[in-house]
Amino acid sequence: MRSRLRKGASRSRRSPPIARAPFVGKKVVRKEGLAKVTGQAKYIDDLAFPGMLHGATIRSTIARGEIRSLRPAFDPAGFTLVDFRDIPGQNVVALIEEDQPCLAEREIRHAAEPIALIAHPDREKLLAARFDIEYQESEPILDPTASPRIFKALSIEKGDVARGFADADVVVEGEYRTGHQEQLYIECNGVIAVPEDGGITVYGSLQCPYYVHRALKVLLGLPDEKVRVVQTETGGGFGGKEEYPSMIAGHAALLALKARRPVKIVYDRAEDMWATTKRHPSIVRHRTGVTRDGRLTAIEVDVLFDGGAYVTLSPVVLSRGAIHATGPYRCVNVQVRGRTVMTNSPPNGAFRGFGAPQVQFAAEAHMDRIAEKLGIPPVRFREINVLRPGDTTATGQKLGRDCSAAEVLREAVRRTDFVRRRRRLAGTDRGLGLSLFFHGSGFTGGGELKLASKATLELTELGARILVASTEIGQGTRTMHAQIVADALGVPYDCIDVADADTGRVPDTGPTVASRTCMIVGKILEDCAKEMKSKLGGQTHAGYLARHGPLRITKQYEKPAELVWSDETYRGDAYGAYAWGCDVAEVELDRDTGDVRPIRLTAVIDVGKAIHPTFVAGQIEGGTAQGIGFALLEQVRLKNGAMANAQMTNYAAPTTLDTPPIDAVILERPYKHGPQGAKGVGEIPIDGPAPAIVNAIRHLGVDIREIPATPEKILEADRRPIEKKAARA
Amino acid sequence: MKIHLNGERIEVTAPPMKRLLDVLREDCGLTGTKEGCGEGECGACTVLLDGEPVNSCLVPFAQVRRARVVTIEGLTGARRLQEAFVTEGGAQCGICTPGMILAAAALPKSATLEEIRVGLAGNLCRCTGYEGIYRAIRKVRSPKSNVRSRTGRTSKAKK
Repeated sequence: MRSRLRKGASRSRRSPPIARAPFVGKKVVRKEGLAKVTGQAKYIDDLAFPGMLHGATIRSTIARGEIRSLRPAFDPAGFTLVDFRDIPGQNVVALIEEDQPCLAEREIRHAAEPIALIAHPDREKLLAARFDIEYQESEPILDPTASPRIFKALSIEKGDVARGFADADVVVEGEYRTGHQEQLYIECNGVIAVPEDGGITVYGSLQCPYYVHRALKVLLGLPDEKVRVVQTETGGGFGGKEEYPSMIAGHAALLALKARRPVKIVYDRAEDMWATTKRHPSIVRHRTGVTRDGRLTAIEVDVLFDGGAYVTLSPVVLSRGAIHATGPYRCVNVQVRGRTVMTNSPPNGAFRGFGAPQVQFAAEAHMDRIAEKLGIPPVRFREINVLRPGDTTATGQKLGRDCSAAEVLREAVRRTDFVRRRRRLAGTDRGLGLSLFFHGSGFTGGGELKLASKATLELTELGARILVASTEIGQGTRTMHAQIVADALGVPYDCIDVADADTGRVPDTGPTVASRTCMIVGKILEDCAKEMKSKLGGQTHAGYLARHGPLRITKQYEKPAELVWSDETYRGDAYGAYAWGCDVAEVELDRDTGDVRPIRLTAVIDVGKAIHPTFVAGQIEGGTAQGIGFALLEQVRLKNGAMANAQMTNYAAPTTLDTPPIDAVILERPYKHGPQGAKGVGEIPIDGPAPAIVNAIRHLGVDIREIPATPEKILEADRRPIEKKAARA
Repeated sequence: MKIHLNGERIEVTAPPMKRLLDVLREDCGLTGTKEGCGEGECGACTVLLDGEPVNSCLVPFAQVRRARVVTIEGLTGARRLQEAFVTEGGAQCGICTPGMILAAAALPKSATLEEIRVGLAGNLCRCTGYEGIYRAIRKVRSPKSNVRSRTGRTSKAKK
C-alpha cells in the first residue's frame, strides 16, 4: 500500500503526458522508446528467416598486390561459394566513383579487402572454413604525403593572400595532425538478404536505404522494383553505416541469390573494426598573417586527407573539410587548398563531422598559438575576428542574422567564468581551454539540389503517417519528424505514425547524414503537413477520407531562391545554414605519467530551434564524448596497413570513467528556412572538444599539435619548453 | 540442464561451454541481450546472475546451473527506471540499453554519482556521453541524492 502511494506521488511529480500543441520544443515520448528499454526492439541479429544461412567474407591479408590463386582449404560440400565471377551486374560498390569492387578480381589495394564469400547453415562450420590464397605482394603506400594518386583536389580563393601577408605584422605557421577514428557503434554492421520473386530484399542496420538500393541495382543488374531495402532498428551509425552497408548488403545478396535462401551476415567486432571505414587521418598546415593588434589579414590552409584505398566519400569529406578549414573567422584574404589521396589502408569514409573535426582541430589549436604569440588573451583574440552577421565566409557566403558565433563564445565564457578561472588555475596542474567552431547543415554546395529529396505524408483517420527514408539511428528521427508534422497539421503528436524506412514503401528522402534530417527533411515534411491541412479545409480526417478517399502529399526539396553556389569555383553559399558552437574544457595533467584527465566540458551550441530539447542535449553530450575520445584516447594502430588493435580491449573509447560531466547548453537563433527555425545538430558537437582540450593542455605549457594526445605524446611534448616551439613556428 | 531464468525453472539443452549469451539468444529466444564485442569490454550482453551484473559473452552455459539468471525480458520492479531511460534520454540507439538498465538496476539505491560512474564503467554507450543515463538513474532515486549527484557542475570540480 505504501509503495503504491509513493508511486502515485512520484508520478504526479513527473510531467504528465503532453497532449497539447505546440509539440515542438516539448520533451514528448520517444516513438520507439518503450521497445528499446524492454529489449523488444528488433535489431538485425535478432531476426531469422526460415532456411536462413550464415555468410562470411574471405578477405586479403596483404595491403597491396595481386591474387595468384584462390582455393578453399575445406570440403566445399554443403557450402555456397561466391567470387567475382558470380556477380550478375557490375562488380562495383556504386557511390561517387565506381572504382571499388564488391569482390576483388586480381588487384588487392588494402588489407581486409573482400575476395570471396561463403555461406553455410552452421556458423561453427563457417568459422572453421579456410582458404589458401597465393599473392604477388607489392610494397604498400601508407604515407599520404607519398601518395602518387589524388582522388580529389580543390581550392578556395578569397581576396588576395599575398597582399594579406604584406599587410601582416606577424606570420604564424603550424602543422597539425589527426589520426583515424573508429565509429564504434555498439551494434556491428549486419544485413540479411532474402531472395524474393526474382529479386532481392535486404534488411539491415543502415543509415541510407536508397544508397544500398542503388548499389544493389548496379551490382545485381536488377531494375528498381526488384530490389527492396528495409532498415531494421539500428544500434548506432555515426557515419559508419552511411556507405559501408552497400558493401555488406551486396555480399549477402550475392550469396542469397546463389543459394536461393536467405543469408545473414553480421560482423563480429574484430571484422567490423578491421574492415570497415574510419575517419580520415589529416595533415593540416596553416600560415596566417595577423596585425599586432590581433586582426587576421591572411589565412592560408593546406588540407591533406588520407582517403585510403578507394574513393568512397572522400571528395565530399574533403569539400566539407576545406570549407570549414578557416574556422568561424572573418578574413578578407583566404586561400584553402585541399587534397584527398589514395593509400593502401582500408578506405576511410563518413564519420560524424565529415572532415570538419579534423580541420577545426587544426584551426583552433592554431588560433591559440597566434593569440599566445601576440600576447592577446584567447577570448579577446577570437572576439576581434569572429564571424558576425553580414560577414562573409571563405567561400564568400554572406551570413544572416542567425550567425551566432560571437554569442556562443560570450555565453561559454560567461558560464564558465573563463577569464577569471583561467587566471586562477595558472601554475596548478589544471588547464582551461576553449574552441569556437561551426558546422554547415545539409549537403555541401549544390548537393541538396542534386539529391532532390522527397517526403510523403499520408492522411490517416486520426492524424497522418510519415513516409520518409530517413532512418532512426538513435538521434530520434521518428519522434522529431512527428513533432514537426503534428504542429504543422494541428493534430496531437500521438496521432502521427512513422512508417518503416523501407524502399518498397517510402520515397527517396536522401541519406540520413550531414545534419540534414531535421533541417532539410523536417522542412519538406512541414510543407507537406501545411498543404494537407489546407486540403482538409477544416474537415475531419475521417470525413475527408470517406468523401474523397486516400490523401497522400509528396513534396520535394526546394532550394531557397537566395542560395547560390558554384562547384567549379567553390564560391557562394556552401550551406543553407550553420550551427555555431563554443566548447570550454578543463583538464588535469599528471606530469609524471602524461595522463590528461578531462574534468569538465561545457558546450554551448546554437541549433536554431531545439525540436526536442532532450534529444538535442543528447546529441551535444554524445558528440562531445566522442570528441573527447578523438582528442585523448582513440588510436587506430596500423601494422602493414591493417588495424592491429581491432578490439574494444585495446581501442579505447570513452567509458563512464573517461567522460567528465558535460554541461550542454542550447542556444536558439532560428534559420528562416528550417522547420520552426531548426538547423542541424548531429555533427557540430564533435567539432569542438579536441581543440578545447588541446588548448587546455597548452594552457599548462604543453604544446600538442597531433591527436590523440596520448600520454606518450604529452610526455614528449612536455620535455620541450613551449616558447621554443612557438619561436620555431 | 534445468536453469532458473527470469523467475522460472526451465529445461534448456545446450553444450556446456556455449556462451550464455548465445544460449539466451538462440536456445531461449531472448534477443534482448545484445552482443557488442564478444570479449567482455562493452557490457551490451549484461545479464544478472544471482543479482550481480555479468557479461554473458564470458559465461559458459555450464556455470549457470545453480544461479538465477535475469535478462531484460525478465527484469521486474524496474519499470520506473526503464521509463526514465526513455524520458531522460538514457536510451538513444538502444543497443546498449538492456545491458545498461540491468547494470543500473543492480546498483545500490543509495549510490552517489561517483558510485554510479564506477558501477557502469563496464557498460559502453557510444550515443549519450552517459549524461542521459545518469539523469535517468537519478530521476528514480530520492530527491536528496538528486541534489548531491547533479552532474554538469559538480561542486568537487570547483576546488
